[in-house]
This record gives sequence, structure tokens and C-alpha cells, in this order.
Amino acid sequence: MAGYVARVAGPLVSAKGLDKPMMYEVVRVGELKLFGEVIGIQEDSVYIQVYEDTSGVRPGEPVEGTGHLLSVELGPGLIGSIYDGIQRPLDVFEQISGVFLTRGIVANALSREKIWHFVPSLDIGSQVEGGTVLGTVEETPTVLHRIMVPPDVEGELVWIASEGDYTIEETIAKVKNGDEIKELKMYHRWPVRIPRPVKEKLYSDTPMVTGQRVLDTFFPVVKGGSACVPGPFGAGKTVIQHQLSKWSDVDVVVYVGCGERGNEMTEVLIEFPELKDPRTGGPLMERTVLVANTSNMPVAAREASVFTGITIAEYFRDMGYHVALMADSTSRWAEAMREISTRLEEMPGEEGYPAYLASRIAAFYERAGLVRCAGSPERTGSATVIGAVSPPGGDLSDPVVQATLRVVQVFWGLDQQLAFSRHFPSINWLSSYSLYMERVGEFYNRALATDWLQKRNQAMAILQRESELLELVRLVGYDALSPEEQLYLETARSLREDFLQQDAFDEVDSYCSMQKQYLILSAILQVHEIMLELVRKGGDLRQILANPIRERISRLRWQREQDLPPLEVFKGEIAKSFFEEVMPND
Amino acid sequence: MIREFRTVSQINGPLALVEGVSDAGYGELVEFQLANEVRHGQVLETTERFALVQVFEGTQGLTPKGARARFLGKGLTFGVSEEILGRVYSGLGVPIDGKPNPVVDKYVDINGAPINPVSREYPAEFIQTGVSAIDGMNTLVRGQKLPIFSGAGLPHAQLAAQIASQARVLGSEEKFAVVFAAMGITFEEANFFVRSFQETGAIERSVIFLNLADDPAIERIATPRFALAAAEYLAFEKDMHVLAILTDMTNYCEALREISAARREVPGRRGYPGYMYTDLATIYERAGRIKGKKGSITQIPILTMPEDDRTHPIPDLTGYITEGQIFLSRDLHRKGVYPPIDVLQSLSRLMQKGIGAGRTREDHSAVSNQLYAAYARGKEARELAVVLGEAALTDVDRLYVEFADRFEREFVNQGTHENRSIQETLSIGWRLFRMLPRSELKRIRDELIERYLMEGA
Repeated sequence: MAGYVARVAGPLVSAKGLDKPMMYEVVRVGELKLFGEVIGIQEDSVYIQVYEDTSGVRPGEPVEGTGHLLSVELGPGLIGSIYDGIQRPLDVFEQISGVFLTRGIVANALSREKIWHFVPSLDIGSQVEGGTVLGTVEETPTVLHRIMVPPDVEGELVWIASEGDYTIEETIAKVKNGDEIKELKMYHRWPVRIPRPVKEKLYSDTPMVTGQRVLDTFFPVVKGGSACVPGPFGAGKTVIQHQLSKWSDVDVVVYVGCGERGNEMTEVLIEFPELKDPRTGGPLMERTVLVANTSNMPVAAREASVFTGITIAEYFRDMGYHVALMADSTSRWAEAMREISTRLEEMPGEEGYPAYLASRIAAFYERAGLVRCAGSPERTGSATVIGAVSPPGGDLSDPVVQATLRVVQVFWGLDQQLAFSRHFPSINWLSSYSLYMERVGEFYNRALATDWLQKRNQAMAILQRESELLELVRLVGYDALSPEEQLYLETARSLREDFLQQDAFDEVDSYCSMQKQYLILSAILQVHEIMLELVRKGGDLRQILANPIRERISRLRWQREQDLPPLEVFKGEIAKSFFEEVMPND
Repeated sequence: MIREFRTVSQINGPLALVEGVSDAGYGELVEFQLANEVRHGQVLETTERFALVQVFEGTQGLTPKGARARFLGKGLTFGVSEEILGRVYSGLGVPIDGKPNPVVDKYVDINGAPINPVSREYPAEFIQTGVSAIDGMNTLVRGQKLPIFSGAGLPHAQLAAQIASQARVLGSEEKFAVVFAAMGITFEEANFFVRSFQETGAIERSVIFLNLADDPAIERIATPRFALAAAEYLAFEKDMHVLAILTDMTNYCEALREISAARREVPGRRGYPGYMYTDLATIYERAGRIKGKKGSITQIPILTMPEDDRTHPIPDLTGYITEGQIFLSRDLHRKGVYPPIDVLQSLSRLMQKGIGAGRTREDHSAVSNQLYAAYARGKEARELAVVLGEAALTDVDRLYVEFADRFEREFVNQGTHENRSIQETLSIGWRLFRMLPRSELKRIRDELIERYLMEGA
């Protein structure tokens, strides 16, 4: 028996008469067959959040159950796509309904017509389980899509397709378990609210290199880690998220635009096909999946969008890839939860957010991790989750920020004052932290330079010192400081302007390799130490500071990697510059 | 499908409950027939037993017994055609200029539909407003939504009118239109805009929607939607470049709060409803450009920040949706600087794409960054000097203080009718840089310094 609409209040519809409704089941609401999801069941009443605008829906219109949970299609064709919050393909919508989004449209997330070249990698008779790789499809030149056995299937492989061209609807393998034979296709569905299974989670100490100096050197995140970027509007959250998705050294990027601006998604759509992946040289779009549920699109689909995104990320992780998921912004996601909760008339927690806010946030970030993937062959993959948070007025006591900080390991705090003076990225170096610092330090000490962590800590100490000294300057003035203290301020300024600041819109400065980061940092510190010694010996600070090598250092960040002086040569030049410039006057 | 009921059972603030309606559509338009007038309402909640209706013109004089409620079977629509240009409408889209009703080509849903992000064209065409603080440092581009964050008593109306009259895209002569939506502003202020449109001749190409301070507050919920429906028609069906000015969004949000309170919803910050972000987004996101369409909608919403507080929910949520903000400062206003734009607190997110060689000038981005950095440092030093006296500053910092003063007087400050070209704006920037030592110009590449620093000196 089909149900019918009993009440409509914005995105919340309650229905009656539905036969055996299931929590989180997908339903179709009204004459227009709008997409909805069951979020509450009370005796005969079923509460449904509707993923499309409910204008015009009346009591009495039909409601149909579909019998399956809200899930996504996983298979070849994901890369380069742009989906809405419930994985409906926006580019296909454009062809169907034009430039404005209309309601009730049905379209497959993955193209059924497109032909993929499947190369089997397993022999008949093999034992398979969920996650076992059956073969591969070259989805883009940079992403080799591994076709895996769905998580809920196991048994003996009794048939596999030979190498050739197939659509995703064609059977490519048959698996026998007892008397039952399952036909497998190149895609399967997975419910978004359930994490995909793995063998185990692993300890990760490999940094995810982002090419952003303040992040990589001062507050690094590891592959499989989690980070959050809270900040008021205009502080640069979105630019940071874009930078990360452009430059991070991962195989696949999933970008979730959750309740943000339409033009920001357009920017990604226009820029990414043009930009080159610094690792492979191919267009960035060939490793990117976009989930776009902009602020003016229905609020319930926004609630689902982060789950859709993380499920897609987990799927690529299961292939053995490093994946980064950017969610911009998780506050809008939390607000969507609040809106639905309010309409359900649930008892509110803090600031009107539902009482389960913190547990939902925690469960989401916990889906990050470096893992031993399910199935064979043995492989590891990671999903790194980076969430932007938009607290009201930039106030970090906001419940969403607080709930997020309890679970994430890295905090990149954006600072409005820095943004006002156009210090970008406006990440406050005093309040931000990374709990991965130590392990990443050891990693770079091995991989890059033995004194990497020590240099990083030294620079941090100078910046700390600066903030104390600035307090003092505010009370007694600059001239009351000793020359040594004044030197600290100068070095800190150099660290801020020549190292921490980075111009995302400059072709060269936008990305900075770890070698280059180390070069600039050690140059600044070397100059600092020489100058400190000279000052202690009684040299005139003003004269010492006039050394033109300082201006050269300030230009380093604009120089192409191949034009940079080699580290040892540059060290020599720095030493020489002081020897010749300053010593004669000493 | 019109249904009529005489079963209004409860009236609470702007809300009326009509019982016995079993098939009201969500968002459906309702007419209340009073003795000698008709009021309009919209369904906020519908069930098998009743419909909850918000009454735009207020519930004053409505009685549960006598009122007849007609459910019209459709949502709020607006009749469009090119004849709407030059006309003045009420906040509910009724012509109030005394002229005959315009011929209507078709009726459009005032709520519109979201633009598919795939179909958007990225805004990148520089709009020269002739205002240095905007053109030089917070550049407006076609299809952007750039609000003015103002405070009571600050000259936001003058600035918006100046932008409306001076704005043009370099090297193009395309059809333009102005859509103006007044929400709860005074007659005085509305009249200022109308007069200024008359002076510049823009009135012929304007569509004006007026909901003044003494008009029904709930009507304001609909006013910007009427205006944007008109704007979308002109932009995307008639190829016009539309500038939509919405003022004052603060009054709009208060009307939203009033309804939320009447519905006894759990309030969010300062009593505003939790869905205000989403609601505002359905207004602001109706700006932009669309692939394959010639026209565009550029939005300049104006809002007055209560107590000049930018963290108040209204400016806060607005800032999270719009592509930047023009921030007016009371301090600058007191100093006699017009327009009192605090560039440090202002921002244009779309600026980078609209400027540079081939669009404005190659040095634009660098000049803007350097001006920001130098002004920020100058202001910092100025604050320090207030505490410690000027003697406590270093020589360089003293230069920066002077820079900040001259920046406000020469760059930001200009006349209400002064229309500066982008070249003039950039030259003023370079003129100011000449007072700083060259080694301080860290944000500008050497070759640009060579080319422009001494030009015209």
C-alpha cells in the first residue's frame, strides 16, 4: 500500500500509511516524486526529509518507499563528475532541464552507456572476498580504477570477463557461494551512512604535502589524518580548501561544497581542468570528484552531501589510493541537521543544535584513516579529511567548532586580523596546532634534513618571542627594546612575510616544495644567527640589517624551483655577505 | 483550483490558522476577503486538518468568524514583460505609480529556481564604479553579489546611488537595467534613490519595488523575491545587465524573525531563526552569470549592522554567502572621508579574476596588495603612537603613519559625483608609494616598480 502526505513544513514531510518503512530508506514524495529519506518513525507517522523544494506539495499526495537506504553508486565514471548532495549528476541535469534546477528529475550517477576497457587480473577458481581486486579500468590517465568485489560478497570466482570493452551494466564476474551465484558488475551501491569495511586502521606518519609553507612546516597533517579550518568569513577558508585540493600529494581528491557559494564550485569546474597536477602533469580534474550542494539548493541534501563525499573517498581508499576529502563547510552541514531537528520538534542542545551533533561530527571525522584495505592483494590506502568550519562571528566557542576540535588532530585557526592586513594564508601560528608534529618531524629528519624539526621549532620559538615582545612594545615603545630584542622582531617579521605568507594567486608562489620550504627557512634562521652574534659583539643593528642578502631572501618565494640556488651554495653566500658587508665596519 | 473557507480559527501575530483545509499546497497563495479589502498570505505549513498561513499585510482587523480565505492553487507570481521597466511596484508586486497595468507576457514564480552550479559562468568582467576604494582594492565584477555593510547614519545610500549611476564595463555598450527593492526604509531614503535615478536618466531602465517603513512588515519577506524575479527575467531572457540594489536587508531579517517567533520556533542567535542562512542564500545566490546567456545579475544588498557589529547574525550570515563586502566605517565618516570605506574590513572575493593585464592593468593586483599591507601597517603604527606618543615610533613607522593618513585623504576620499578611471585610481596608489623606501615595496615585482613608480612624478 502506498502512503500519502499528511503534513508539509518546509523540507520536512510527514507521511502516513507507508508499508514497512525503514529508517533512512529513500522514498519518493508527491506527484513530482521528490527524493526524500526517512528520518523518524512514530507509530503510523513517518518523518521524511525531502531533498528537493517542497513548494506546492499537498496533503494527500502519494508517498512511495523504495526499499533501499540512501546510497551512492561506486564504479568507473566518478572521476571528473559533479554531483549534488545525493549523488545526482549536475552535468546531466543541465542537459535534461537547462540552467535552472528543476524538481523530480531522475538520472543515474554513473553513465550506463559509457564504455570502459576492463583488464581482468584474477583467475577463475580464486577465492574472493569483499574488496578483492578483480581487474582494472583506466578511468583517467592518472587514476587506474580497480574494480573490486563489493564488501558484502564472498566466495569462489567461477567466471570472469576477458579483457575488453564493457559498460558498467554488463556482468564482468560471477562469484559462487554455496548454491548461490552472484553476478558482479563494474559498479555497486553502498549506503552512505555506513563506513566501508577495512581490515584494520594503521598508524600513519607520512605527511600529506600540501605545498603550503605554514601548513607543511608548522602544522602538518598526515595521510589518513583529520584537520579542521575554522574561521570567520573572509579569512580565507575556501582559498585554503582550494589550495589543498590543487596541490596535495594524493591520488584522488573529493571536494564537497556543502552549503557554500555557487560560484565557488564554478571556479573549481573552470580551473581544475586547466591546472596541472604537480605530480603527474595531467589536468587536476582527472583526479577530482565534486559534490556540490550550494547554499540555495535544498537543505536536506546538504545534510547528506558530506556522507556522499566521504563514501566516495572511502571507495577510492579501498583501491589502495591516498585520498583527500575537503568539506566546505561543515557548519552548513551542522545547520542543516539543526534545521531538520527543529522541524522534527526535537529537544534542542546547545544553540538549538540537536543533542547528537557532537556524535555525528565525531563519526564523520573518524571515517578518516590510513588502512589495510579489505580483500586481496594486500594494499594500504588512506582518506584524509579536512573540514572547514564557519563559526558565527568567528567565535570559536561555537558548538560545531568545539565538537570538531574534540576529534580532529590538526587545528588551522584562521585569524581575522591577519586577513585584514592581507596576511594570507591567515593561519594564526600561535593558536594553531598539529598533534602529528612529532612523527612528521621524525619523518622529515630522515627524509629531508637531520635538523628539520629543530629548525622548525627554532622558528616557532622566534615567533613566540615576537608576540611577547610586541606586548612590551605596546607598553614601552620600540626604542626601549635592546638591540637583540629588536633583532628578534626583525627576524620574526621576515618569517612572517617571507615564509608564512604565501600568495595563492601567484603562479610560482602558489606551490612550494618541501626542499624550497627548507631552503627559505634555513636561510632566514642562518641570517638570524649571524646577526645575533654580530649584535652581541656590539655591532650596530641598523647597519647589520641593511645587508642586501635579506632582500634576496625575501624574493626567494617568488623564484621558480629550478632557479633556486642550491642550499649549500646559498649558505656560503649568506655567510660571505656578512663577512664582506659587515666585518670591515666591525 | 480555487477553494474557499470561512474557518479561520486562530490568529497569532502575522499568522492565521485555517481549519478544514485538507489539500493546501506548501507555499500556496491565499487571499483573505475582508469587508473592503483583500489581504494576501502564503501557506507555511499544511496538514490534513489545517493550513497555517502568514499574512503579508498583517492580521489587523482580521476576525476568525468573518474572514473568507481563498486558496488560489498557485504560489506567488509576478507578471513580467519589458514594460515593467520604468515602473514602480509595491512590496507585493502591485503597480503603485498610477499608470495603467503593464501588459504581461507571462507570470513567473517569485522564488525562482536555483541555478545549476554547472551552468554558471564565472564572473570576471571588471565593473568600473569610479570609486577608488572599490575599483582599486575591492573590485566589483559582473554577476557578483557584493553587499554594503553599513551602520545607522552612514552614507550607504549615496554610495549605492553613486555606484548605480557610474558603474560601467570598460569598452562595452550593452543593455543595462536597475532593479531596486526597498524593504522597510524611510520615504526619505527611497525618494533619494528615485530622484537619483531620475537625475541620471536610469529611471527609464529601472524597476522599483517599494516597501517602506510604514508598510506591512511581513510583506518584506516577498519584496526581494519579486525584485529578483524581475531581475532574472530581464537578465536571462532579455539579455540585460542588471544591477539589483536591495535595501535594507536588516529589516528583511527582522520580518523573518517575527514570523519565526510567531511560530514559536526554537530561536538561533539573537532570536533569529536557525534557517536564516538558508533563507538569505535563496536571495543572494540569485546573482550571477549563466553560460550561453548574455545578461547578468549583479547584486548590491545594503544592510545596517546593529551597533556597527559585524559579528551580528545579519552581517555575519550575509558575509558567509556573499562574495565579499564593502564595509563602511564610522571613524572615517567622522573624519569627513567620503565614501567612508574601511578597505581593511572590506573584501571582494572575485577581484582576482577581474583584474590584471587585458582587464584592468598588469600592476593592479600588486598595487592593491601593497596598499593593503602598507595601510594596515600604518594604522597599526598610528594606534601605537596614540598610546606611546609619536616619538616612540621608528622612522619607517612614522612614514607609514603618514602613508595611512594620505591614503585616507587622497585615495579613499572622493566626491559623490567624482568618477575616477581605473588608471587614475592606480596612479594615486603609485603616488602614495613614492613616499615609502623602495625596499618596503615587497609585494610588487621589480619590473612593475621600474615601469610605474616614477611615472608621472
